[in-house]
Formats: sequence, structure tokens, C-alpha cells
Amino acid sequence: MDISSRIYTGVSKVVGPLMVIDGVEGIGYGEIAEIMLPGGETRIGQVLETTTTRALVQVFRGTRDLDTELTKVRFRGEPMKISLSSDMLGRTFDGSAQPVDGGGLVIPESIRDIYGSPINPAAREHPRNSIQTGISSIDGMNTLVRGQKLPIFSGAGLPHNLLASQIARQAKVTGQKEKFAVVFAAMGITYEESAFFIREFEESGALERTVLFLNLADDPAIERIITPRLALTTAEYLAFDKGMHVLVILTDLTNYCESLREIAAAREEVPGRRGYPGYIYTDLASLYERAGRIRGREGSITQIPILTMPDDDITHPVPDLTGYITEGQIVLSRELHRKGIYPPVDILPCLSRLMQGGIGQGRTRADHAEVKNQLYSAYARGVRLKSLVAVMGEEGLTPLDTMYLRFCDRYETDFINQASYEDRSFEDTFSIAWDLLSLLPRSELKRISQEYIDLYYHGEEGGVCKGP
Amino acid sequence: MVIDEKRDVMDTEIRNGTIIRVTGPVVEADNMSGCRMYESVKVGNAGLIGEIIILEGDRATIQVYEETTGLVPGEPVVRTYLPLSVELGPGLIGTMYDGIQRPLEEILKQSGDMIERGSSAPALNRTKKYKFRPLVKPGEKVGPGDRLGCVRELVAIIHYILVPPGVSGTVESIVGEGEYTITDSIAVLLSGSEKKSLTMVQRWPVREPRPVQERLDPIEPLLTGQRIIDTLFPLARGGTAAIPGPFGSGKTVVQQQLAKWVNADIIIYIGCGERGNEMADVLEEFPTLKDPRTGYTLSSRMVLIANTSNMPVAAREASVYTGITIAEYYRDMGYHVALMADSTSRWAEAMREISGRLEEMPGEEGYPAYLSSRLADFYERAGRVSLIGSGRHEGSISVIGAVSPPGGDFSEPVTQNTLRIVKVFWALDADLAYQRHFPAINWLMSYSLYSGIAGSWWENYVGPGFIQIKQEMMEILQRENELEEIIRLVGPETLPESDRLLLLKAEIIRESYLMQYAFDEFDTFTGPKKQYHMLTSIFSFFKRAETAIETGVTVAQLREHPIVERFARMGSASPEEEESLFEAIDKDIKSIRELKGMV
Ligand SMILES: Nc1ncnc2c1ncn2[C@@H]1O[C@H](COP(=O)(O)OP(=O)(O)OP(=O)(O)O)[C@@H](O)[C@H]1O
Ligand SMILES: [Mg+2]
Repeated sequence: MDISSRIYTGVSKVVGPLMVIDGVEGIGYGEIAEIMLPGGETRIGQVLETTTTRALVQVFRGTRDLDTELTKVRFRGEPMKISLSSDMLGRTFDGSAQPVDGGGLVIPESIRDIYGSPINPAAREHPRNSIQTGISSIDGMNTLVRGQKLPIFSGAGLPHNLLASQIARQAKVTGQKEKFAVVFAAMGITYEESAFFIREFEESGALERTVLFLNLADDPAIERIITPRLALTTAEYLAFDKGMHVLVILTDLTNYCESLREIAAAREEVPGRRGYPGYIYTDLASLYERAGRIRGREGSITQIPILTMPDDDITHPVPDLTGYITEGQIVLSRELHRKGIYPPVDILPCLSRLMQGGIGQGRTRADHAEVKNQLYSAYARGVRLKSLVAVMGEEGLTPLDTMYLRFCDRYETDFINQASYEDRSFEDTFSIAWDLLSLLPRSELKRISQEYIDLYYHGEEGGVCKGP
Repeated sequence: MVIDEKRDVMDTEIRNGTIIRVTGPVVEADNMSGCRMYESVKVGNAGLIGEIIILEGDRATIQVYEETTGLVPGEPVVRTYLPLSVELGPGLIGTMYDGIQRPLEEILKQSGDMIERGSSAPALNRTKKYKFRPLVKPGEKVGPGDRLGCVRELVAIIHYILVPPGVSGTVESIVGEGEYTITDSIAVLLSGSEKKSLTMVQRWPVREPRPVQERLDPIEPLLTGQRIIDTLFPLARGGTAAIPGPFGSGKTVVQQQLAKWVNADIIIYIGCGERGNEMADVLEEFPTLKDPRTGYTLSSRMVLIANTSNMPVAAREASVYTGITIAEYYRDMGYHVALMADSTSRWAEAMREISGRLEEMPGEEGYPAYLSSRLADFYERAGRVSLIGSGRHEGSISVIGAVSPPGGDFSEPVTQNTLRIVKVFWALDADLAYQRHFPAINWLMSYSLYSGIAGSWWENYVGPGFIQIKQEMMEILQRENELEEIIRLVGPETLPESDRLLLLKAEIIRESYLMQYAFDEFDTFTGPKKQYHMLTSIFSFFKRAETAIETGVTVAQLREHPIVERFARMGSASPEEEESLFEAIDKDIKSIRELKGMV
């Protein structure tokens, strides 16, 4: 097609991040538009709706300074693409994949559509290799598996960045040395937060195996819609073409969803819960489902999306819809954080759905599943008793209740709590677990088989309840 | 409705429409007069599959089942003259389809690991030969639903080849026993002067229920091997159930447990807008498990529909219809079919998404006003029925729908509209899931309207006293809840010994009976005999315990008795261990009386 024929001068309407161009012809849905401002600046946009003579375009770097008469729009005739290369490792890009590290443009080995195509469910391999993160509350209770998407649900001011960087630093599959890479996408986080991650990657020597896409708090909000897709397309290339095990950190998904909401509002769509558009589930799924393993391919994509729950509310649409898509969640607790426990992992609402296939004999340890279940039920009971005690004091508690209370405290201080540079092996984690379980009478360990109790339990024999 | 295969080869000129607007999965086209509502069309140069959902004069609004990026106004829309329909015949079992019945393994072979647009493959294998055995002779009169013959589908299933609805006549000829592909003609029917050649494959429009003779009431339970379900909140063959719960509360695990262990002949599992890895899990695990009733692998009685959350949203909307139509087809052969849809909320959201693009007047929470009627129409296709056809056969479809309420709040429209229709409600509870009490079915909120049917079945076929035990069990759980309230207010000290015993009973019921660990080799499934044995053991202990308390034994003593721990191991005991365990429990029960001396 003649390129000049796809250039239009003048825009009929600009609303928020959107603009309408009339008198066009043959514009494809989803194609990319280059918007040339009178001052010479060029911005990228994407067609959200097209009719025979009109196109509705969302402008990624915002519509500020656009004017209706002189602005030129050129339609590229293709969807948004990214140039990919293994040389991207060690490089830093902005939220639209332009280099910001002073290096040159990427010389593409491949050019791909950033929206990708859905992985055929028949091509997926169910992830089963557990990752040792060195963090007991994850490894012991909610084991991360290679190819999993496991978000961190956090709140403002909680140490989710510290935790994510500790995972990135310590994560390993025991007994294997493989090609790994980190792809990091920042969406609207502060300069300080992003500098923290970069410093962490640098210190751990991971930076040269990392690709960074940074859309920071003062960058255009609408660009956040493409940043994670650029990151995930890069991750897919590194994983499935280059055979690497890629850890993708996306932060902060709450900002991403804000941008979606902004577009929806500008389009005057019927809002769903709390003003978020009705298709937000589908949209988030188009990001999160780009994790996994593919049969017959070397690499994998493991995703750790981070999101801050507005008001610490887990029922807010962003964490809620995320939890419905991801394979579990790590939830941080303000209360534990106040008690000085790091990582302040709120064990009860946490979940790793892929754990089952990644643990047990020959993977972590044979007693893993049962120990986890027992710890869960004992801790839950301890927490329940604690709230009871908070109301009416310790009178009337049975000796057994008291034991559970003590278990509960020790579980928080000894098991969950660890240093941000402490890298515990699975064995270390299990041995702490059994120390704690041994605080309870043997007969209380109903979820553990006799053989493991015989092997690992070292509490007072007979399990007679004694006072504290 | 009958679809004449020949209609798509129209001899009249093919008229095309033209795209005039594209927004997400919704496309408008003009020059479409003459089209029918719900007609399937090919959209754009790529020939994307779509379906007409609004007709207005010359204009049609089309929902497109594939990603629409790159579609340009001006591109053609080609009619197929057929409604969106599925292909029915041997070869369905063991296959995984997307929401519009594209076979995913075939698509994988064609277009690689990612599903590319415009991929297509016939739903059923055209070259595979099946061993056909005729069941009618020339000269016989046959009508809709009559069995012409049968083939074996994956050894496990006898697949009857039925006369399609709307077709009847005299058998002019039928092929002899032998190997045929699904497109080979197997019979010729003569109706008046018209001859009709039949093959082993037929098509049916997904949005239209297949006809039945008569709808019947369910009369027996559908056993699931899940103790809390079978005992407290049973499902019936031909019944409907909903399982709502927040994320991570166990909807998928329960659905998969049912898909594994339910005593139905055919399983249709619809992954509607959920996770790709869950489908991979089913694909890997089911072929390795054996159906306890037939000994064949579980995958050889299952059809999987996988339209994951990242696959096109319009195809997600279609997936439940594709699934239920396949279910009806097997029901029509006289089978008991169980269909799981995980999750119906994603289906409802797909409707909402499309309705939003159509700028329809939104109802509650943005859902279209027709949400409740669509849900009702879907669940109405479940049921126990007597079939059309002269064999007077019976078949059933049981439907279990997962519901994913936002924020776990059951007052939202999809949960509420579903509860108005279904007869069984398994309410999943986040708190139970947090404690890892699974299945996290809340015993105080859940209910089943099939309890009566199930109760008499248990009394008649398993053992006497079941209804009584169940009644007592519910009372204990109810009472426990009240006592917990009291404890919260005044503390535990004041409780009389009888109430403490009640708390112990409730704890045993919860932890040793209702809790069931899906990933344990033996706990995963408990047949009715074992359930009954567990129940009678527990309740005879309860009886003994009551008398023991009266004679001065304390609840603390009972709690430490080894029987409590033994109860906790009943579920996971293997068939070999079971016998000695139950014997030990019997001995324990007898020994309770001796406790008295120890005071
Ligand atoms: N019966 C069970 N036995 C053991 N574990 C269970 C059981 N039911 C659920 N679980 C645990 O709970 C986790 C979450 O369950 P599941 O995936 O079924 O939740 P869900 O309700 O389908 O969530 P979502 O709505 O997000 O899909 C499982 O991965 C498993 O670890
Ligand atoms: Mg689920």
C-alpha cells in the first residue's frame, strides 16, 4: 500500500488519552498509529475502534499538546511490535521499549507482535520443578514452581520489593545449573523503587542477565498498558526461543489497572465494580497466562506480579481478579510487619496451586505435603485462639490451648521470620518445621503419617498435655 | 431443527457482506439482508469464525470467535447458511476442543504452540476407521433417535449411531459389519419417494436443546466419592448443582474430583475462561487414573472443552453451549452424562463483555438483562429424560457449575441467579480454605434438594440408619456453631461436660469425616460402603461416649483416647489397612466403658 495514502492531517476530537480521526479509509483494528505533533515530536497510538471512515486511537504517551488541525497521523498497517534479541540482556528500556541506557537500538533477531497469541492448552506442560527461594514461608508452605504465576499481594509501605528481590536473588532449582534471565517491568513505580531493584540486581550480579522496562511514576500512564506486554514478549522470546528460565517481575499491577480504567472512562464505557471496566479479567488474563512451560521446549516463564492492595483490601477488584487468574498468591500482612517480622507473609490466605506437583519424594522431601498441612491447621488454630485470648484473657484455656498459642508465636518468630539475606535450604526449612511441630503433643499431628512422625518428631513422648 | 449438510453448497450465487465497524470481538457488517439470526459467518480476509447476534435491516452485528486485530472495514463477510453448530459422531471422547469445537491437538500440529488466527481443523477425524455393527435391517421403519448401529469409541464406550432428530423412513439399505470412516454412508432411508443417505456424523446447532420424549424427575443419587457431598449435600443423576466460592477455595479441585470419581458414563469438562495449566493437568493426569467402576482410564470417558481465560472471549461464551450439546448427544444414546463448567462466571462475564460492546442497556452490575434467562436455559438442558426413539431408553445429564463471585460475595448477580435455578448449593468458604480444611464446603450454608431421594437410596442399598445419622450429624454441627458463639461471649470455662462432648463430636465429624484430602491416594475417593462404615463407627463411639460421660468419664480423657487419632486416619486408609483399622476402632469403642476406673 502507498504509505502516503495512510497519512492524515487533522484530528476531529481529543478526549483524555483518546483521539478520533475522521475521513480515514481502510484502518485495521488494533493497528499502530504514529502521531506527529506540530512541534516535531512523534507518539505512538493504537486503534481501539475502526469504522469505514473513522478511527478511535488511544495515545500511549498522552494527548497533551495535541491539536486538532495540524497533528498528522500515519497508520502503520500492523499491530504493535517489538524487536527482540538476546543482546537485550543487560539493557534498560523505557515503557515503550526505547533504550534509555545510552546504548543503541536493538538489532532484531526477531520482530513480534506484543499481544502474542494464546498458548494452546494442548502445548502446555504442567509445571513440576519446584524452585528453592530460600524463604521458609514460601518454600515450606507455598512452594513456587518453575512456570508458575505467583503474585505478591502487598500494601503501601510493606516490604514487597525487598521480598521480590530476595526471591530473584536466591531462586534456584536444586541440583541444576541452567540458563536463567530476569525480565523486569515497572509500571508507575517511583524512581526510588526502581533504583532499588537495579541496585539489587547489580549487587547480586544478575544485572547482565536482566532486561529492564521502566515506566516510572512520572511517565505517561497509558503507556503502562503496553509495558508489561513488551516485557512478556521479550520473556517469551528468551524462554521459548533461547531456552532460558525467565523470571518476570511485573510491578505494580494496580497502576496498570488504573490506566485501563482511565481509557474505559474516556470511552464512556459502562463501568463494572469500582469503576473498572468489565473486561479487566480478560485483560489481566492476557498478561498472566503468558507464564508457563511448553512441551518439548527448554525454557520457562515464571511470573511474580506485584500489586498493592488499595486499603489492604483483598476483595478490591485488582487483587481479586488477579487471584482468580494466577496460580496462588503470597499475601503480606501489615500486622506482622508491625511486629517486626520479615518477610511479613500472612500465611493463611497464601496459596500455591502448583505446589502439589512440585513437592514430595524426589522433589523436596516425602513428608513435605503432610508437614505443610499440619502447620497450616496448627497455625490456624493458634491464630483463632489468639483472637479469643485477645477478648477474654488466658483463663479457661486448656493446657493444650496454651501449647497452640506458644506454637503460633514461635511459628511467626522462627519460621516465617528470617533475614533478607538468609538463604535457607528446603532441609533447613523442614528442620525448623519439625522443631515447631515437636512443641505439640504427638497425638495432635493427625495430618502426618506415623512413619514421618517416628522419623522426625522429637517432642516429649506420649504427648501428655502439660502446663506451660 | 435439522441441518441439511447440503445447504452449505448453495447453487444460488453467494452474496457477501462488508465489514463497516470493528470493536474488540464485535464486528458490524452491512449488505447482510437475508442472513439468519445466529448464522455462522466467516469474517474478513482471514476468514475468522463469527456468529450473527443482531440483525437490523441490512446490518448484522457479529461476535467473532477469534482475535480481531488487523480486521479492516471493507473486508468481506461470507455467509455459511448454517447456525453455529457442532459435529457429533465417534471421535469426540478423549479429545480436547476449544469453545467452538476446534480440536486443540490438531491445531497444535498445524500451527504450533501458539493458537494462530484462522486455524481450523475438522472436529472429528475423517480418516479413522471404526468397526460398525448394524442394529437394524432393511425394511425396518426407523425414526429420530433410533439406533442404526454402534461402534466402539476408545474401547470403553459403545457409541450408538442414531437417526438424527427430524429424520425418519424405511431402511432401504444398511452396510454390513465392517470398518468405516465417519463420512462413509452407512444407511439409506426411504421416506416417501425421497432417499436419504446417513453417515456416522451429524451436526447440531449449539444453542438449541436436542429433543427428548419426556422430562423425568431424578430418582437416584449421583455418587461422587466425596464424603461431605454424598452424605450431607448429595447430587442426583440428572440434577443441577452450583459451587460458588472465592478464588482459591477449591472449586476446580471439587470439579476435577467429580470428573474423576462420579458414577456417570460420560464426563464433559468445560474449562471456561480459566487457567491453561489446569487443562494441562487434566490432560496429563486423567489418562493415568482408572475409573473404579469400569477399569478403563478416566480419559476414555471424557470430552474436554478448553477455552482458557486468554483465548477469545466470544468463544468462551460459546463453550458452554458446545459442551452441553455434546452432553445431550451422549445422553441420547442412553448414557448418564455429567457436565462440569468451570467457571460459569467467566461465561457470564463474556456475555457482559459482548453486551457492553453492543452498547446494550446494562442490568445489574453491568450484566445484560438476559443473564438470568440464559443461565436458566443452560441448566434446563440438564435432567433425567426418556429419550426419543423407539427403545424407550433413559438418559441423564447432571450439571455442576462453578461460580466465581467477585470478592467472594454471594450476593452478586451470577451467584444469585444461579441459586434460583439449581437444586444443590455447595458454598465454599474462604476461612475453611485458609485453615486447609478441604473440601471447604460450608456445612451450615450449603443445601441439597435431593436429600430425600438420596436418603432412601442409602437406606435401601447401603445400610439402615443413614438418615438418622445424617440428621444427628447436622444437629451436632449446628449446635457447635451456637456453642462457639457462647464461648466467644463468656469463655470456655462455664461449659458443662455435655457441651464439651458435643464440641469433641463436632471436631471428629469435621476433621475425620468432612475433611477429605484430594491428593491422597485413598482419601481422594470414598465409596458408599466405606462412608457408611465410617459413619456408623463414629456414631457408635458417640453413643458410648455419652453414657461414659454420665458415669464420670471426662471429655479430656476421651479426647486423648487413641480412637480419636484412628478416626482421623480412616479416610486415607488403604483397602487393606481398612479392615484392621475398623476392627481396632470397634475394640476402642468397647473399651470406653473401662475408662471410668481411671477417673
Ligand atoms: N479437596 C482438596 N484437597 C486438598 N487440597 C485442596 C482441595 N481442594 C482445594 N485444595 C487446595 O486449594 C487450592 C485451590 O483450589 P482450586 O484451584 O480448586 O480453587 P478455585 O476455587 O478453583 O480457585 P479459582 O476460582 O481461583 O480458580 C488447590 O490448589 C489445592 O491446593
Ligand atoms: Mg478454579
